[in-house]
Amino acid sequence: MNQKTALQRGLSQRVVEGISREKGEPRWMLELRLRSLELFQRLPKPNFGPDLSEIDLSDLAYYVRSVEPVKSWDELPEEIKRTFDELGLPEAEREALAGLGAQVDSEVVYRSILEEVRAQGVIFLPMEEALKKHPELVRQYFMRAIPPEDNLFSALHGAVWSGGTFVWVPEGVEVKIPLQGYFRMQTAGAGQFEHTIVVAEPGSSVHYIEGCSAPRYTKAVLHSGMVEVFAKQGAHVRFTTIQNWSRNVYNLNNKRAIAEAEAKVDWVSGSLGSKVTMLYPTTILAGPGAKTENLGFAFARDGQHLDLGARAIHLAPETSSRLVSRSVVQGDAKAVFRGKVHVAPQAKGARGHVECSTLLLSPEAKTETIPTLNAETDQVELAHEATVGRISQESLFYLMSRGLSQQEAMSLIVNGFVSPILKEIPLEYSLELKRLLEMSFQGALG
Amino acid sequence: MKALEAENLHVSVAGRLILKGVDLALEKGKVHALMGPNGSGKSTLAFALAGHPEYPIHQGRILLSGEEITHLPPDQRAKRGLFLAFQYPPEVEGVRLRELMRLACGDQGQGFCDFMERYPQAVRRLHMEDLAERELNVGFSGGEKKRSELLQAWLLRPKVALLDEPDSGVDVDGVRVIADTIRELADSGTAVLVITHYPRVLEYVPPARVFVLEEGRISQEGGPELARAIEKKGFKVVKG
Ligand SMILES: Nc1ncnc2c1ncn2[C@@H]1O[C@H](COP(=O)(O)OP(=O)(O)OP(=O)(O)O)[C@@H](O)[C@H]1O
Ligand SMILES: [Mg+2]
Repeated sequence: MNQKTALQRGLSQRVVEGISREKGEPRWMLELRLRSLELFQRLPKPNFGPDLSEIDLSDLAYYVRSVEPVKSWDELPEEIKRTFDELGLPEAEREALAGLGAQVDSEVVYRSILEEVRAQGVIFLPMEEALKKHPELVRQYFMRAIPPEDNLFSALHGAVWSGGTFVWVPEGVEVKIPLQGYFRMQTAGAGQFEHTIVVAEPGSSVHYIEGCSAPRYTKAVLHSGMVEVFAKQGAHVRFTTIQNWSRNVYNLNNKRAIAEAEAKVDWVSGSLGSKVTMLYPTTILAGPGAKTENLGFAFARDGQHLDLGARAIHLAPETSSRLVSRSVVQGDAKAVFRGKVHVAPQAKGARGHVECSTLLLSPEAKTETIPTLNAETDQVELAHEATVGRISQESLFYLMSRGLSQQEAMSLIVNGFVSPILKEIPLEYSLELKRLLEMSFQGALG
Repeated sequence: MKALEAENLHVSVAGRLILKGVDLALEKGKVHALMGPNGSGKSTLAFALAGHPEYPIHQGRILLSGEEITHLPPDQRAKRGLFLAFQYPPEVEGVRLRELMRLACGDQGQGFCDFMERYPQAVRRLHMEDLAERELNVGFSGGEKKRSELLQAWLLRPKVALLDEPDSGVDVDGVRVIADTIRELADSGTAVLVITHYPRVLEYVPPARVFVLEEGRISQEGGPELARAIEKKGFKVVKG
């Protein structure tokens, strides 16, 4: 039986110090935590978006080590092993990944990396281990893209972060197959605050994939992860997240990338689960010629409120951004898309494109598109498109007249609608996603 | 037994009674033609036979190979072997013809349609090599849409194929391809109903029967010569 470590519920200096002590952290990290805590106590709540009053921060477990790290899947407790098997992680590790890290509650419990990828000098470590082995490297990047001051949840995250992954790709190295992190919230009443950093040195490229899930409990819990991406000159980073949290999870994340000259950062985000999500992956186009693509799709079902968006901040000339979102909304769910493009005065020749389409499956489904296009120079090209539609009865009848049941026809139409995004996702994952969509769909129609 | 029989069909659309007692019988392996003025209800009849929910049947019944299907949903009719080629096929974004056909074939039971083998044949048959991987009808020209509909009929080999204006807007060579496909369908045992305004396609595949729909009923019935007479003299004159 694995021993369980859990710090007392609620947020206090003692809890924060406890986490730091548990991890044997350097002094600067403890200081960052305490400064974050202090900020958290005075920063205002977000003045937009969903109602968050249900989360009881004083009754949340901020640190839970429920499973000890292992070297092979077989050593994991039966329940966790079965879950990971069902999620297909060991199989994906064998067939499609350059490396895999799996986190349960607050700690990474399993990690592997292909020998050939490690031989290229790639670092792929749980954040705590990276902090021990490469303290200066981590320090250079940790909360440098998103400082604790940024917002209430970046402050909270800074205080209680635990787990996550540190990826560093040396100059010129191309990691040809994806690295993956998988996050599982297992223990009732526990939050999760993993911190992921991807650093791509000049001319390198890497694709990182995140998946997440949790068993369903009744009590609302909080997931507030942070992702920081640093794409150096000419580097290419693709960051894919497939989120399928259970419906008691409040998923409030911070994701930000800094793209230097000629670098390219792509965000691909699939939001299926959670009760409430606030997610606005952001790219700061800091160097000339930097590019970003931000592709999101969401399937919001009964009772869900998915407040999503994408942001591109153009700080240099000839930078370009493309923000595309496709949402499907069913039952009384709500999906919001906030697309923001900001162009600074020096970013002459910047191009930005925001495109948001929503498919409403029921009369009660709600959606909102909030574009903010803001240019401080006139040498820019900015465009925005938004459409909201319903399933066409004519298409439905057409497909049914070919022998497809109503359910099959609807899920084909929905899949077709999100296909511009799905095709950006590696095949193994997009097939899985399609299956997830179809499964959710059966429930959704019942 | 007839492949398809409609008896005394009364059908409305948008609250207006359009079909007021249509009787129609289609025979296995034969080509039939349905003609009639614009707005006379030809498409309405085709939709009602295929089970379109906006074209409710108030009276009468439909038999497919002797089995009553009057109130079955469209997919159940399709599974029993009824096919409708649309006059105006809708564009379905993000869905590929291949994907739809794979699903449709999968539903027809083993051996009915060996999709992997027949799909490429069908694509060649209808000269759709350039369209096979495109999204369903999206941006297809009028003629391309018609070929896509015929491809589906050819692939699914239904018991009954209702083809709503398969030749409208199709160029000379295209009409020949479509006519050949219709003949192959009939030769393989399908009962075909061609709704058309033009005798040209009927010259390539002479119909066993021609029906004329007017004022909500089949007003005339005859052999291929009826189509020619209509071409020459129009509906009214022929009737008089
Ligand atoms: N969805 C609909 N809503 C309202 N009216 C309709 C609808 N569909 C058909 N109608 C009407 O029903 C009548 C019959 O139409 P239908 O399309 O069946 O004619 P058609 O014989 O196929 O004509 P065409 O030769 O022009 O294709 C017309 O008056 C048409 O306007
Ligand atoms: Mg018509």
